[in-house]
Amino acid sequence: MKCKGFAHKYGDHIDTDVIIPARTLNNPDPANLAAHCMEDIDKDFVRRVQPGDIMVGGLNFGCGSSREHAPIAIKASGISCVIAKNFARIFFRNAINIGLPVLECPEAAEEAQSGDEIEVDLDTGTIRNLTRGGTYTATPFPSFMQEIISAGGLVNYIKSRGEGSQP
Amino acid sequence: MAMTMTQKILAAKTGLPYVTAGQLVECKLDFVFANDITGPVAIDEFYKMGADRVFDPDKVALVPDHFTPNKDIAAAQLAKKTREFARRMKVHYFEVGRVGIEHALLPEKGLIKPGDVVIGADSHTCTHGALGAFATGVGSTDMAAGMATGKAWFKVPEAIKVTLRGKLRPYVSGKDVILHLIGMLGVDGARYQSLEFAGDIDSLSMDDRFTIANMAIEAGAKNGIFPVDGRTLEYLSAHGASPGVAYTADPDAPYARELVIQLDEVPMTVAFPHLPENAKTIQEAEDARIAIDQVVIGSCTNGRISDMRAAAEILKGRTVADRVRCLIIPATQEVWLQCVEEGLMDIFVKAGAAVSTPTCGPCLGGHMGILAPGERCVSTTNRNFVGRMGHVDSEVYLASPAVAAASAVTGYITSPHSL
Ligand code: SF4
Repeated sequence: MKCKGFAHKYGDHIDTDVIIPARTLNNPDPANLAAHCMEDIDKDFVRRVQPGDIMVGGLNFGCGSSREHAPIAIKASGISCVIAKNFARIFFRNAINIGLPVLECPEAAEEAQSGDEIEVDLDTGTIRNLTRGGTYTATPFPSFMQEIISAGGLVNYIKSRGEGSQP
Repeated sequence: MAMTMTQKILAAKTGLPYVTAGQLVECKLDFVFANDITGPVAIDEFYKMGADRVFDPDKVALVPDHFTPNKDIAAAQLAKKTREFARRMKVHYFEVGRVGIEHALLPEKGLIKPGDVVIGADSHTCTHGALGAFATGVGSTDMAAGMATGKAWFKVPEAIKVTLRGKLRPYVSGKDVILHLIGMLGVDGARYQSLEFAGDIDSLSMDDRFTIANMAIEAGAKNGIFPVDGRTLEYLSAHGASPGVAYTADPDAPYARELVIQLDEVPMTVAFPHLPENAKTIQEAEDARIAIDQVVIGSCTNGRISDMRAAAEILKGRTVADRVRCLIIPATQEVWLQCVEEGLMDIFVKAGAAVSTPTCGPCLGGHMGILAPGERCVSTTNRNFVGRMGHVDSEVYLASPAVAAASAVTGYITSPHSL
């Protein structure tokens, strides 16, 4: 699977409160969440983002709350994948579970600037910055995550194993 | 094979003789919970998985604490969805009037015990590590899978060992210890790792331990954990919980890093906006002469009875400064009642503070005390991110209940010693 789009770059420690502020969580509809994504640090993001675009972060992206609303908001806004230097643990897990690809790649995250055109091959973890000409390789997903991803997220993974229902 | 405390628990619940850092394990869960924000998302995912029953109703709880008492129609709908699911699945549920903030309530109800593996769809689930359990926050989909299957996968974490030595000085509390530690580690200093506490923990009350474990996530940690001692066992029996299994780290357990904190040298500490790692000593904070508009004393970090006592000790016979709104929120009904019985409510009301029924409320900028642009709040909560408690141009300073109460009295960030 490939993603291609323009970069929206942010700094270190982007927390879940700025990704999706708590005041909007009384309506967990993805469209509502997408309408408020990043608004506390980047009012224009929602207006600028195009389907397929790529979000780029620094260190500890997604730190803070466990709200799954954060990766849902990013995904529903049209972002196809997030590249960061590294991710906070719960955000990383949630993103995988809801099917938002997240790639750890310090060099790609460092060199990308907002507006750069970026292409990502999720199968190989190859990231290409078409504007700057750089090619990078992200840390590949650990095998258990690949299983969840190939099942289409945790819901399908559990469903395929038939757990939790009446025998 | 030598293991940390966390690794021993994960090995036991996976049925393996030992586990090592980095290993992926599928663990049996002892307790699974969510709140009124994360619960509804988990409920949808639960049904999408094709599940129609929870693995064990006695090991699942839904705690409507964030936007309750319902702040608006949308929040009321979330609460309703949570309530109806809880009834249908016959899981633990606490209605307004009985509910408290999840991380204060569940231990109080005797639902968590040493050696348990606990997941909660809330990042501060790490609080329960104070009881010697492995407890970690997950998202709604993981919580849904946990409810359905009674299992969750984890990557076995390595640990940072934090040895505490000595005794805290007057007015210095668990909150100061954890703010000080986060100041040393940074907000990602323990990313993916356990914070294992050791040393002279007997000098710390259970409430202090809950506060310290609560903010492990603010250093990026997967969990925070305390060894089980006499105080833990006392707490468990007072709350009708079983003693569980007390695991201890092997003396030669491998640690990624070891730190020692001299408790007698920990100063009262305030975390400045907009990250919990911006730790300043009370002296630095006082010197900055920061005028404040609001004080919040409560939350899963500092809404327990010792926090209320610490605030009351300062507020007794004093009044809140004219320009300040002081909100006090006992974390559970039991804490509330104890405040009444000990005469603390009297002190709070006479001082000019507003006391609320248990709720997360202002901690996450939900309701009950939202900040306007330019306003500053001293809060005993755990996060001071941009916009956390209201407008993006407001500021949150994290502190202990004693410092928060002293600041309410003067209208500036103030040490209790300066009153
Ligand atoms: S009190 Fe604050 S940090 Fe604690 S559970 Fe509630 S919202 Fe989260």
